[in-house]
Amino acid sequence: MKKVNDGIPASASRRKLLTGAAGAGVLTALGATRVLADAVGSSGALGFAELPDGALSEQMLYALPGKVPLIKKTFRPPNFETPIDYFRAPVTPNNAFFVRYHIADIPEVKAEEWTLGVGGESAGRELKFTLSQLRKEFKAAETMAVCQCSGNRRGLFEPHVAGVEWGVGAMGNALWRGVRLKDVLDKAGIKADALEVAFDGADHAVLDKTPDFVKSLPIEIARNQDTLIAFEMNGKPLPHWNGFPARLVVPGWTGTYWVKHLVSIKVISKPETNFWMSTAYRLPRGKFKTPSFKSQVGEANEPITTMVVNSLIASLKNGQQIPHGKPLEVKGIAWDGGAGIAGVEISADAGTTWRIARLGKDLGRFSFREFALAIPARERGSMVVMARATSRSGETQVEQLIHNPAGYHHNVIQRLDLKIV
Amino acid sequence: MMRTGIALFAFALAGGAAAQEAKVVLKDGPGKDKAMQCAACHSLDYIQMNSHFLDKAGWTASINKMINAFGAPISKEDVEPIADYLAQNYGKPAAK
Repeated sequence: MKKVNDGIPASASRRKLLTGAAGAGVLTALGATRVLADAVGSSGALGFAELPDGALSEQMLYALPGKVPLIKKTFRPPNFETPIDYFRAPVTPNNAFFVRYHIADIPEVKAEEWTLGVGGESAGRELKFTLSQLRKEFKAAETMAVCQCSGNRRGLFEPHVAGVEWGVGAMGNALWRGVRLKDVLDKAGIKADALEVAFDGADHAVLDKTPDFVKSLPIEIARNQDTLIAFEMNGKPLPHWNGFPARLVVPGWTGTYWVKHLVSIKVISKPETNFWMSTAYRLPRGKFKTPSFKSQVGEANEPITTMVVNSLIASLKNGQQIPHGKPLEVKGIAWDGGAGIAGVEISADAGTTWRIARLGKDLGRFSFREFALAIPARERGSMVVMARATSRSGETQVEQLIHNPAGYHHNVIQRLDLKIV
Repeated sequence: MMRTGIALFAFALAGGAAAQEAKVVLKDGPGKDKAMQCAACHSLDYIQMNSHFLDKAGWTASINKMINAFGAPISKEDVEPIADYLAQNYGKPAAK
């Protein structure tokens, strides 16, 4: 049987997961109504530092065409966040998947007119593929993987930093299906001097002077068997807002590299130097232990690469009153940059003692991993519940925010104050 | 140069989003008309979203990023009045 990543039988798991996703859709349709009645997307309500007051008052639930109501951060370019309710399932439904664009001219690409150009000075030859050619000429490949915006949870930074003030929902997990980028590159041929591969989408800026959104990857990541050109998400064509008809899928790496509406792939011998690589999406050098994008390392900073280990309790709200005598169910999801989740610990006493949560089914090392722990009924009074995920590479969530100018990699341990009444 | 036709096309695709965006209004005050230039490239909710934590220097840095990195056609003379308007209406409250 064909295996996906960490050994999930592809066909069987896929069927089951899709059923799961459909089930989540029903659950979350009800959930959305509840969110409407609540304050929309308050990070304080989830036990984190609160979003900037202006972001809180300006955001609202709004449904883009083909999407359920999502948390609107900005209309143009569209930046919409997935509400917490959808993270009670390990796979995020397509119509609830977050939307993130940098530039506002987003054409509605027609599948039959779309072509993908492959070339660049370090490619053996220039090739052009239609969607049906790509499907026909290359072996299909799929992977379950988290796509998370580099700036997910930026709004929770203290002190606040400028940018899209995301809460916790600029992320989602899906089964991506398409062809391996490596196979496509091999067909074009890769010269010995190849250093990076640069990707461009069909979206453009409103002004000619604004840098087009182009991202590059190290050649070895582009040649990694996990890196896909995906056409499908959870068994359906990609939604327009998530990159129809084809997008890059770079499991473990932050969303900025997952170029949507992909139209051009260039194998290059020198570092890509446009604004989105040389200035944006950078971290102070050496501040995080994530892998280095060697050809892009600068004096003071370096590009963001893989996600840091993180978790989210989705079953409880900060300040929630729990009826006395009932056990408390702490449930949520954990993920990291591709080592996989080794364990999630739960504390019910503000971090003094920790108990190991039960992990849900392993859907692959790039996927959300569910966790759950029942805490026995307690005496009346207040309690503080926390969750702390650890990856298989031994990386654990942090107690104190590692502040950085652009607001990336927030993986501070969540802290929920509850009352047993 | 603005690619107006394409921008409008994108608006049409977003359907009701354009109508919703029109409801995003900036506070009245000196310099508002100049700050409205920002809407050429992005919806004005970017401004509310980033309030109230930037001081005048922070807003000036944002405007300069729009000009220098993104090519926003904002004249040099307009930087100061826009920064004043944003600091006044969407800035960090003065320490007391």
